[in-house]
Amino acid sequence: MYSSDYILELKDISKNFGGLQAINHLSLKVEKGLIFSIIGPNGAGKTTAINLITGIYPPGSGHIFFEGRNLIRKSPYQVAHMGIGRTFQNIQVFQNMTVRENIMVGLHSRSHSGFLRCLLYTPMVRKEEKIIRQKTDAMLEFLDLDSKADLRVAGLPYGDQKRVEIARALAMEPRLLFLDEPVAGLNLQETKEMSRTILKIREKGITVILVEHDMNLIMDISNIITVLNYGEKIAEGSSKEIQNNPKVIEAYLGKEF
Amino acid sequence: MNNLIKQKDILGFGALAVIIIVLPLFVESKYYFIVLNVIGLNTIVVVGLNLLIGFAGQISLGHAAFYGLGSYFSGILTVNYGFPLWPAMVVGMMATGAVAYLIGYPSLKLRGHYLVMATLGFGIIINILMGELEQFTGGHDGLMGIPPLAIGGWVFDNDLKNFYLIWSFVFLCMVAARNLLNSRVGRALRAISGSEVAANSLGVNTADYKVKIFVLSAMFASISGSLYAHYITFISPSSYDFHYSIQVVTMVIVGGMGSLWGSLLGAGVLTCISEALHIAKQYHIIAYGVFLCLVLVFLPEGVLMGITNFLVKNKDKAANYKNGLT
Ligand SMILES: Nc1ncnc2c1ncn2[C@@H]1O[C@H](COP(=O)(O)OP(=O)(O)O)[C@@H](O)[C@H]1O
Ligand SMILES: [Mg+2]
Repeated sequence: MYSSDYILELKDISKNFGGLQAINHLSLKVEKGLIFSIIGPNGAGKTTAINLITGIYPPGSGHIFFEGRNLIRKSPYQVAHMGIGRTFQNIQVFQNMTVRENIMVGLHSRSHSGFLRCLLYTPMVRKEEKIIRQKTDAMLEFLDLDSKADLRVAGLPYGDQKRVEIARALAMEPRLLFLDEPVAGLNLQETKEMSRTILKIREKGITVILVEHDMNLIMDISNIITVLNYGEKIAEGSSKEIQNNPKVIEAYLGKEF
Repeated sequence: MNNLIKQKDILGFGALAVIIIVLPLFVESKYYFIVLNVIGLNTIVVVGLNLLIGFAGQISLGHAAFYGLGSYFSGILTVNYGFPLWPAMVVGMMATGAVAYLIGYPSLKLRGHYLVMATLGFGIIINILMGELEQFTGGHDGLMGIPPLAIGGWVFDNDLKNFYLIWSFVFLCMVAARNLLNSRVGRALRAISGSEVAANSLGVNTADYKVKIFVLSAMFASISGSLYAHYITFISPSSYDFHYSIQVVTMVIVGGMGSLWGSLLGAGVLTCISEALHIAKQYHIIAYGVFLCLVLVFLPEGVLMGITNFLVKNKDKAANYKNGLT
């Protein structure tokens, strides 16, 4: 078993999209069990960083280690099997399925029955289905979705869909979870609930990497904050340090302030 | 709700079993038996194809070739090489699966719409080969004298016996498809059609699953093709041309993409329409085209869902009813 204090390490990662340098020599170390926040203006490269780590894009250069294992050239499904979950900034729920079924897909990497077994619905499939159902019920409860379990996701309010996406990622039982703007588009009440949910996720021992624009939320619950601008890290520290950092203020407000 | 789905399944399959057993009592003419048997054969192909189109969001325009491979493997192995009947069918199914893998692997790993092109080309090539490889296939004159299937001494040598044989396979294929859909693999397939990137990020090897479901759908077609060859005892290339590929895709869409019971309905309705039209084959495709347009415009979710929507008159209820059906 890997036993460093850092669950995730990025070493000198760069990525450009046809000349546009989206990530520029980025290095990060994320300590286990914390809420690690990444902030920065729109287009700073936050989502791109998540996509590089989770295998959506190959990085141009650099190294990524998760629990000491190299993530470079791993496909998203392999990254998932290694124990990394994520949500998407532009929500990606399975609209054609119910809330319960969405979460059940989250348990894909925790079960094994293949095509032949499923076609025959063997005792192993039956057994796995039972476990999947139990774990799904627990996750429905954890995100307070029990009453909506059998509704199609397509008809649900935005806030519920966001919770479905998180429940689904948590069902994977990840050790590291990326949340890309989890409160964007939510009202005040929903934001408060989401904040509590994120704290509860940390309590489970899951390391959370949080990308958000809501500064109240960020300052409230983050253990460490990293600030990106034009694909580069310009600051890192506690909420207090970040709030008083002149580079950060400049990045957000422009030079004239 | 999930118990409800299971109950609905049991009810549906129970009803299907009863209908299969009882229906022959009410059918008098040989002609109607042939129509029913063709519906059954088409249903097997359409159920397999619907797994691909409706659940994995991929389209094949070459399923006539897989259907044909089943027929020709069974025909050639039993007639030319004296192979035992059932093993020939299994060999045909495996070989067809292997061929589908060779087509599906490169075209699906490359993403995009390559599968449509690849299967289109493949279907045309296989159809030409059926006519050209005369020493094996009998060429355009076809392959004659294919023996009927038998279990022990019991030979499936008339329309009634073939009705029970074919519809037993329909039943088994539908149960297998339902099993698949109600389990881990089926959910992963539906997830792929919902959001491929999300399915992938949840640990579904999406490229692999798409290849595998394509192979499986080809194997369904192959089984049906073998049954057809042993039933009719004569095969020729014209049964496996591009028209047939289009026909089965149309049946999937008319029945409803992603609806298992819809597949049965789609195969039934369109086979009957073909029969009722009694016109030259080249005009069939026009009739199919018109019917397809009408369905896509007025009942885009398929005939079964369209009727359900109409009856329930409540979109949400219908949507949930569909969940129960899919
Ligand atoms: N797939 C892509 N192709 C081309 N450019 C991209 C792509 N993804 C992101 N970008 C660009 O990279 C930069 C960083 O984007 P992104 O990571 O989405 O920023 P953030 O999440 O911090 O708002 C932006 O300029 C964006 O336009
Ligand atoms: Mg972003």
